[in-house]
Amino acid sequence: MSLHVNFVVRENVLLVRLNGELDHHEANRLREAWQNELAHNNVGHVIVNLEKLSFMDSSGLGVMLGRYKEIQSSGGEMVICALSPEVRRLFDLSGMFKIVKIVDNEEFALEMLGVAS
Amino acid sequence: MKNEMKMEFVSISQNESLARVSVAAFISQINPTMEELTDIKTVVSEAVTNAIIHGYEEKSDEKVSLYCAINGEEIEIVIQDHGKGIENIDIAREPLYTSKPEWERSGMGFTIMENFMDHVEVLSVPGEGTTVRMKKSLSSVKALCN
Repeated sequence: MSLHVNFVVRENVLLVRLNGELDHHEANRLREAWQNELAHNNVGHVIVNLEKLSFMDSSGLGVMLGRYKEIQSSGGEMVICALSPEVRRLFDLSGMFKIVKIVDNEEFALEMLGVAS
Repeated sequence: MKNEMKMEFVSISQNESLARVSVAAFISQINPTMEELTDIKTVVSEAVTNAIIHGYEEKSDEKVSLYCAINGEEIEIVIQDHGKGIENIDIAREPLYTSKPEWERSGMGFTIMENFMDHVEVLSVPGEGTTVRMKKSLSSVKALCN
């Protein structure tokens, strides 16, 4: 089981949809692809959709925190949506809830960032 | 029921998923809940990742060994490397501590292991390697036994 990543640009938002398992092996590949997308698209904000992510460990948290810092330092926002109960526990443990905005689904996230549906 | 298995694999990151999927398949025979299964997969992933990143510093020609036992309702997992070892285990186990911040590590590995398992023991000798031994009693199995 590997990780499939789908990047979509909607207005000034980069949508990152993750499908599969995110561990240290996949985290390295994801970071490169994600940074590449950010470098080549003039977007202000990022939405990460975890609806189809079936597994994540602390390496995944590292990648999320890394992108969060980059996006925040350039004045943008990062919103994470559609967490499974398993991923939610990991976010609870690490305090991710305190720093990153978490919403139920992609539509809410887009609305929050002012993208017309 | 007593059952055990042992495997050894090369220290490359592709084997992180092999390790957690193997343990999940092994313990599936005692019917854990989905949450218990996810917890176990996560801690195996954390310990194996530590062995590869920190123990062997991503050298790809070393070996990581994995032992897993089922003893009634209790699962025991031992993950061992013969890498560089940990100088100070207490500091390494602190939440958010990482020796490799430049690699985007979250520093949550041991915290996750401690929260998802009942018991986590870390034995490490600098220059010789690290052994992580974890135990967890599965409540779902306990309920079936009663």
